[in-house]
Amino acid sequence: MVPTQYYLVLSAILFGMGAVAFVVKRNIITIFMSIELMLNAVNLAFVAFSQARGKLDGQIFVLFVIVVAAAEAAVGLAIIIMTARNRQSLNVERVDLLKL
Amino acid sequence: MNAANSFLTEYGFWVLTIIKIGLLLFIVLTVNAYLTWFERKVVALMQSRVGPHRVGPHGLLQPAADGLKFLFKEDVMPAGVDKFVYLLAPFLALTLSLASLSVIPFGPKPLPFSFFGHQIDLWITNPDIGLLVLFAITALGVYGVALAGWASNSKYPLLGGLRSSAQMVSYELAMTMSVVGVLLMANSFSLTDIIRQQDSSKYGILSWNIFGIHYFPQIVGFLCFFIAAIAETNRVPFDLPEAESELVAGFHTEYSSFKFAMFFIAEYTSMITVSALCAILFFGGWNSPVPATPFWNFTHYLPSLILIPFGLWVIYDGIKYETIFGRIILPGLGTAIAAIGVALIVFPAANEYIQGPFWLLSKIFFFLFFYVWARGTLPRFRYDQLMNIGWKLLLPVSIANVIITAGFVLFRSTR
Amino acid sequence: MSAPLIVFFVLATLAVIGALSLILQKHPIHSALSLIVVMVALAGLYLLMGAESVAAVQIIVYGGAIMVLFVFVIMLLNATEEEHTDFSKLAKFGGLPLALALTGLLAAAMIHSGGAVPNTTSPDALANTSNLSTMLFSTFVYPFELTSFLILVAIMGALVLAQREKT
Repeated sequence: MVPTQYYLVLSAILFGMGAVAFVVKRNIITIFMSIELMLNAVNLAFVAFSQARGKLDGQIFVLFVIVVAAAEAAVGLAIIIMTARNRQSLNVERVDLLKL
Repeated sequence: MNAANSFLTEYGFWVLTIIKIGLLLFIVLTVNAYLTWFERKVVALMQSRVGPHRVGPHGLLQPAADGLKFLFKEDVMPAGVDKFVYLLAPFLALTLSLASLSVIPFGPKPLPFSFFGHQIDLWITNPDIGLLVLFAITALGVYGVALAGWASNSKYPLLGGLRSSAQMVSYELAMTMSVVGVLLMANSFSLTDIIRQQDSSKYGILSWNIFGIHYFPQIVGFLCFFIAAIAETNRVPFDLPEAESELVAGFHTEYSSFKFAMFFIAEYTSMITVSALCAILFFGGWNSPVPATPFWNFTHYLPSLILIPFGLWVIYDGIKYETIFGRIILPGLGTAIAAIGVALIVFPAANEYIQGPFWLLSKIFFFLFFYVWARGTLPRFRYDQLMNIGWKLLLPVSIANVIITAGFVLFRSTR
Repeated sequence: MSAPLIVFFVLATLAVIGALSLILQKHPIHSALSLIVVMVALAGLYLLMGAESVAAVQIIVYGGAIMVLFVFVIMLLNATEEEHTDFSKLAKFGGLPLALALTGLLAAAMIHSGGAVPNTTSPDALANTSNLSTMLFSTFVYPFELTSFLILVAIMGALVLAQREKT
C-alpha cells in the first residue's frame, strides 16, 4: 500500500515541470502539451485523494477534467493551425505584434 | 530441488504467466505465417489459379521461405529520417497487436492438472475491464501508422500515414459504439462474462448475441462492428492508404526487410484479434450452437468427425503427390491429424474438454476466411467514400442500435 | 520494499523522465512522444490505486485521441526543431532555482502534513465501472449533460476555426 503523500509529491513534481516547460519552451505546440502535463498532474492528485478518502467523487472529477482537456485541445489546436497559417511560424516569439 | 519447489509454489503464478505468454506468442506467430499462406491460396483459387504450390507440398513451406527472405533482405534506412521515430513505429505496431491477445479467453474450463498449486486457465489474464483494455490498445495502434508515415521523410508515406490514421480514428468510434449493445445485455466489460451471458445450454444458437433471444438481436451491431473492424485493420476494401497501386505502398513504403515484416505481422495479428472479438461478442464465444439436451449429444463428436476425414484425405492426396518430399510429409501430416481425431474418440474426457475451444477456434477460422474472401472479391473504396461511410453511415446506425437495445433491455429487464 | 512500492517507483521514475524529456527535447514530435509516455505511466499509477475505469479512459481518451490530435497537428504543420535563442541571465540563474524552490516547498508541505486526509464518513463501494456510472448518472447528471454540450460547442468551434478562407 503506497502512502498518499508519495502520489502527491509526484503530482507536485509533474506540475512544477509542466509549469517550467510552459515558461521555457518557444514552440506553441510544446507549450500546449505542457498544459496537458499540468492537467495530468492534477488528475493524479484527484485520484490519490479519492483512493485515500474511499469516495468516488475524485475519479468522477477526473473524468470531467479529461473531457474538458479534450475540448480545450481541439479548439486550441484549431486556433494554432490558423495562427500558423497566417504567420508561417510556430515560434511564439514571432507573434509579438498585432499587425502581421 | 526443494528450493526450486518452494520458489515455484510461491511465485508460480508469474512463472506460469510467462510460460503462457511464450506459448501464445509461438502459436500466434505460426498461425500468422500460415494465415498468409491460407490467404494466398484462397485468393488464388477464387481467381482460378493455383497460388503457391512450389515451395514444399502445396506451398506449405512458402511462409518459411518468405520469412527467410525478410531476414536476408538489405536493411535500408533512408537519408534524413528521424531515426528514433523511424525505428519506434513498427516496434510499437507489433507490440500493441500482440498485447491485445493477452485478454482473449480460449476456453471455459481450466486444465485438469495444476502448476504447483496454481490453476491453469485458458487465458493469460481476465481483467474486469477486458473489453476496455482491447479498445485502449486499438486506440494506441494509430500511433504506429501515423509515426511510420511521418518518420519516412517522403511525400507518399506521409500522405498514406495521415490518411490511414484519420481512417483508423474515424472507424474506432463506430467500432466502440457498435459494441455497447452487447455490453448493455451482458452488464459487464469482462469477456468471459459476456460469453457466459450467451450460454447456449437452453436455447442453443438463439442465445448467441446475434440472435439475442434474451433481449434484442444484435445483427446491426455485428455488421457495424465487422465493417468498422475491417477499416480499423486497414484491410480490403478499406486499404486505400496502403494499396499497392495507389500511394506506392502507403505508410510502409520506406520500410524494408524485418521492419516491414513487423508491420505485416501486426496487421495479421490484429485480424486474428478482431475475428476472435467477433466470435466472442456476437457469436457466443465457446458456446456450441445446439442446446445441451441428450438429443444433441452426437455433436460432441464433431471435432473427430472433421479431423478424421480431413486426415485421411491429406494421406490420400499425399500418396500421389508429385515430389518425393511431398510423398513423405503429407501422409505423415495426415496421419497425425487422423490420430488426433481418433484420440478424441478414445478419450471422452479430452473430448468434453475440447468442445469449448473447438467451437471458438472454428468461429475464428470462419471469420478469418470471411476476411480473406472479402479481399479476393471486393474492390477498394475511394478515400472520400471511405470517410463518408465511417461518419455518416456507421456512426449514426450504431448509435441508433445502442438506443434501441437500451430500450429493449429496459423493457425486458423484469424477466 | 513491497511489490506495490516497487511498481510505484518504476512508474513514477518513468513519468518524471517523460516530463524531463518533454522539456529537454528540441523537436515537438519527441516532446509529444514523451508526453504519451507520461500518460501511460500515469494510467499505470491509476491502475495501481485501483481506479481501473479512469486508467482505461485515460489511455483511450488522452493517449488515443488527444495526443493523436497533437501528433496530427505537428505532422500537418510540418513543425521543425526549435530555434536556438539565449535565455536572459535572470531566467537562467534566477528562474530555475525559483521553480525548484517552489516545487520543493509544495512537496515538503505535503510530506509534512503526513497525507492527513479527513476520515471517510461513508466509504463508497469498490471503484468499479458500475458504481462510477451509477454516481455519474445520479449525483453528477447535470455536469455530465453540460460536458456533452461543451463537447458539441468545441466540435463546432474547431470546425469553423480550421476552415480555409473562401477566397
